[in-house]
Amino acid sequence: MATIVETETEQPERVRSNGFRLSPAAISYLQATPLTLILGGFLLVPILMILVVSFWDYDFAQMYPDFLTMNYTETLGSWVTWKIYFNTLKFALLVWLLTLAIGFWVAYFLAFHIRTTAMQMVLFLICTVPFLTSNIIRMISWIPVLGRNGLVNSMLINTHVVSEPVEWLLYSDFAVVLAMVHLYTLFMVTPIFNTLMRIDKSLVEAARDAGASSWQTLTNVIIPLAKPGMAIGTIFVVTLVMADFSTVQVMSGGQSASVALMMKNQMSLLQYPAAAANAMVLLVLVLLMVAGILRIVDIRKEL
Amino acid sequence: MSKAAEIDIVSVSKVYGATTAVHAISLKIPAGTYCCLLGPSGCGKTSTLRMIAGHESISSGDVRLGNVVVTDFPPAKRGTAMMFQSYALFPHLDLVDNVAFSLKMKGVEKDERRAKAMDMLRLMQLEAYATRRPAQLSGGQQQRVALARALITDPDALLLDEPLSALDPFLKVRMRAELKKLQTSLGITFVHVTHSQEEAMALADLIVVMNDGRIEQAAHPRIVFEQPATAFVARFMGDHNVISGRVTQSSEGKLMISVPAGADFLAMDKGAAGLAETADIAVRTDHVRIGQPSEKGLGFTGSVTNVEYRGSSVKLSVIGAGIEDFTAILTDKQFFVTPVKVGEAIPLCWDIEDAVVLGRLKH
Repeated sequence: MATIVETETEQPERVRSNGFRLSPAAISYLQATPLTLILGGFLLVPILMILVVSFWDYDFAQMYPDFLTMNYTETLGSWVTWKIYFNTLKFALLVWLLTLAIGFWVAYFLAFHIRTTAMQMVLFLICTVPFLTSNIIRMISWIPVLGRNGLVNSMLINTHVVSEPVEWLLYSDFAVVLAMVHLYTLFMVTPIFNTLMRIDKSLVEAARDAGASSWQTLTNVIIPLAKPGMAIGTIFVVTLVMADFSTVQVMSGGQSASVALMMKNQMSLLQYPAAAANAMVLLVLVLLMVAGILRIVDIRKEL
Repeated sequence: MSKAAEIDIVSVSKVYGATTAVHAISLKIPAGTYCCLLGPSGCGKTSTLRMIAGHESISSGDVRLGNVVVTDFPPAKRGTAMMFQSYALFPHLDLVDNVAFSLKMKGVEKDERRAKAMDMLRLMQLEAYATRRPAQLSGGQQQRVALARALITDPDALLLDEPLSALDPFLKVRMRAELKKLQTSLGITFVHVTHSQEEAMALADLIVVMNDGRIEQAAHPRIVFEQPATAFVARFMGDHNVISGRVTQSSEGKLMISVPAGADFLAMDKGAAGLAETADIAVRTDHVRIGQPSEKGLGFTGSVTNVEYRGSSVKLSVIGAGIEDFTAILTDKQFFVTPVKVGEAIPLCWDIEDAVVLGRLKH
């Protein structure tokens, strides 16, 4: 998204004919410079630094420049790492499935069942209202709801549905997935809503004219045409879940782990090279996932 | 393939909230007719078509197709097929799957439906593009795909919503001829919505002129053109001057009207208007000549405000005798015998057969 802002604002002044004149190639390079500097300085260089550090040696107090593959062999050789990666992927899969189902449902309702554009925009803005507060606050506010003496449990007990408080509501994988779905569904709604709004309504009529039932129209026309939006939403959600540590920490009460949480713990033990190696593995994994999504769905026409 | 159905529309209305788009219209379209619904935008012609197709609910009245009342049927059960204005081709499917779509919805086996779709594409001379997506085709080709998709259901009636409006003028004329040829060879009923009177005249066996949710006239193109029923029809079809005035005399099958602050005009009386009522007369622009009228009321003298040379004809705009804008189309031969200039006063005349009394719709 930074690309759009940068390229649009950097419109170089036309150089007067009596002054010196830049060649078109130079102007193009000049236009690309600010973005190159920002991406280079704040993205490429840090990644390269992490890559370099991931090969260094370390002890409890210091890092030693070196070229060791030990950090990688230790990371990939440990069954704990594999378990944590598996756990993170499990969260990603569950959250993806739920956000996709809920996100498509909400977007479909907004795009096809709300008649006026004004109302569509109002309802869409209402969807974004929770995002005016911080992620952490929205996450923490689940605790009084799900806790042992929280809203849900006291209601269940008062209505005599259960006699003992339900323990798995908070500090469990359930709580983690619930909070993540809450936090990330909008990232699915927005791109899907965007693609659905572009579907020509006469296509739905044409399908009906050809004898398609509502379900057939959905599966044969609307979902295929919504795929680019689903792919973009999937990229958002999957990358967010794969990199999440705060939700996992708070909502699982430390009983569950994710890759990012593992890195955070390594860093608090000053094991920076180990965390760096972990980061590189995670980066490669997420890039492979994104590449996989882009292979399946062509999102270019969306951008 | 002659299984055309008569379409019978019985006092059908369409009401959207507080506004009525179609006012209880009745219309009988005989089987195998090429019918054009003609009118300006917002006249209710598209609503009417969509009610026949089943894409718009009918507020009151009935639609009958053949012997079946289809008022409450979904579109696919009516035996009609619709071709949409923007063609509404599925952008994610290739041509074969686009054409085979309705067969897929019916659950026809993949090989069978693809074979049928290929036959249809061959009929439309599109088999070379079978694996392309709609976006890779030109406007004319897209239209043929839309036709193929509509016709694969073997409909009794094909409903076309402004099918030629997205094409450039040259292609428009070509596709018009193709549509007419197709309708003749299939023998099914075509209902075609258009706002172009030229298109309607070229294609239709039955022109239905609509205005403000009502049918002004439904007749063969020649009748609509030569004997427009109302002032609206005369103006919309073009090539007519409409003169409005109050009836002052009605005798011996002749009607005299008097234009406010202007001259009197004579026309053949059909008993449409009584004395002292207002009445309209239509005079064909190409039947007006320069010269003194043979009888009082069959012409006037006015001054020329504009002369437009059109090659084979010359268009004169004349003002006078209480008429704001009167058009006379002269052949180039007639005009150049005695050319006139802007500002000149000229006498215009016509025959009594060319002055048609127009009716008024009773709302």
